[in-house]
Amino acid sequence: MFSSTLQKRLSEQRFVITAEIGPPKGADVAVIRRKADMLRGCADAYNVTDNQTAVVRLSSLAGCVTLLQMKLEPIMQLACRDRNRIALQSDVLGAAALGIRNMLCITGDHQSFGNHPAAKGVFDLDSIQLLQIIKNMRDEGIFESGDTLRAERPVVFLGATVNPYADPFELHLDRLRKKIEAGAQFIQTQSVFNVERFCGWRDEVRSLGLDKKIPILAGVTPLKSVKMTDRMKFHVPGVDIPDSVYSRMKNASDPLKTGFEIALETIRELKTMGGIHGIHITALFWEEIIPSLVQEAGVSPEA
Amino acid sequence: MTMIISKQKDIETIRKTIGTNPVFIIGCSECATLCGSGGEKEVLAMKKTLEGFHIPVTGWVILEPACHLNNDKRLLKKYKKELEQTRTILVLACGNGAQTIAEILDDKDVIPGTDTLFVGEIQQATEFEKRCTLCGECYLDVFGGLCPIARCPKSMMNGPCGGAVQGKCEVNSDLMCIWDQTYQLLKKKGKLHLLSVIQKPKDWSKSQEMKRSL
Repeated sequence: MFSSTLQKRLSEQRFVITAEIGPPKGADVAVIRRKADMLRGCADAYNVTDNQTAVVRLSSLAGCVTLLQMKLEPIMQLACRDRNRIALQSDVLGAAALGIRNMLCITGDHQSFGNHPAAKGVFDLDSIQLLQIIKNMRDEGIFESGDTLRAERPVVFLGATVNPYADPFELHLDRLRKKIEAGAQFIQTQSVFNVERFCGWRDEVRSLGLDKKIPILAGVTPLKSVKMTDRMKFHVPGVDIPDSVYSRMKNASDPLKTGFEIALETIRELKTMGGIHGIHITALFWEEIIPSLVQEAGVSPEA
Repeated sequence: MTMIISKQKDIETIRKTIGTNPVFIIGCSECATLCGSGGEKEVLAMKKTLEGFHIPVTGWVILEPACHLNNDKRLLKKYKKELEQTRTILVLACGNGAQTIAEILDDKDVIPGTDTLFVGEIQQATEFEKRCTLCGECYLDVFGGLCPIARCPKSMMNGPCGGAVQGKCEVNSDLMCIWDQTYQLLKKKGKLHLLSVIQKPKDWSKSQEMKRSL
């Protein structure tokens, strides 16, 4: 009944794990194969990022096809920054035809943050409009223009992102509601470091009944170093690293160990707090930590 | 007041393009005057600067305004002699003004002395801010009168990206996040429901209009 394994597992009320795989800055899928081999069995599905932070890398589509060849479940990311509605719809058809069953729609980081700040940002659509377009392609068999698909419809499970820490709080909650209305079927959140504030957001989501409408996968990023903690706390917009976490990292004799422990505690809290349906692990340049993290947290899909 | 905001190119770039040729300078009485890139004051200062570099200036004029084809033709007739002494015209007006002049003086080389930035608002005599991208189909009404197409760096139509910190845009901290401002304004007016509607993809074909006749 479900062509997406991720969708099937979520429908079975399982606590799912997704993990992010960053593609390389080069024409070589060996890096993806190596990471994927290392992460095999650690997650139910794997996000391949789409030129994340506007830095040019191997395409999400190529990375996802590589995962498919390895019998792993990919989540293709689609950013609105680099392609207009013609190119995006074309890639949706191509990806679905090749067997990709999960797509995550994002607006995309602004090009000024990446390695081509002189690029023209496209932003023909935003993530909500893209969700609605793909939903209509799948369910109604029509393109954005109203023209009709003449062959197979793209059968895909649609995801969206949410930042529980973004202001204005009320407006961002309404954006979540709009994403669901537009067609989102699962949510991956911004990385959680401030669990207390995340709980407050979850309460609001619950009071609006939104957690009943869509599974929410909470983001977790293990902190690897004091330098990374500093950067995330002070320079990455939309990230909330509370002082308690910051000082633990700052005073750690072994930051790697402390970063691991914080991530482990966060996963355990997220798993038991209720209203959360899984974890999305974004281990920036530290994918090798994921196997022991999911093992020790007892959330491994094969556990 | 709204206008086309331009800024002068740096003098080295202008000098490099002109070379050592004699030059005639054209300014504009409207936008370029008000945003200090090509009014009489700037044209005279440019004349002095170029002469300081031993570039002869055969004459100058302030068009009223530079984008008015027939007015320009009439005014430029009075400078026949000065124009005959040069092949190089330095235009301190917007990109439209420079093209109107290129159309009239089709035997000359028109050099733009400014970069045209945006259609904006004059906030103070020295402060300008983008307000409109001339997208061809205005629906400011659904955003409480503030345009996210022009004023959000990602032109997001269904709410903010989540990167704003204390109401400031993540791309440019000199800018307030337009979505934050829209939210505050509509909340005050009790009209937040306007933002709950999913805005459909924009019809960009409307921005392709090339002509309009009265």
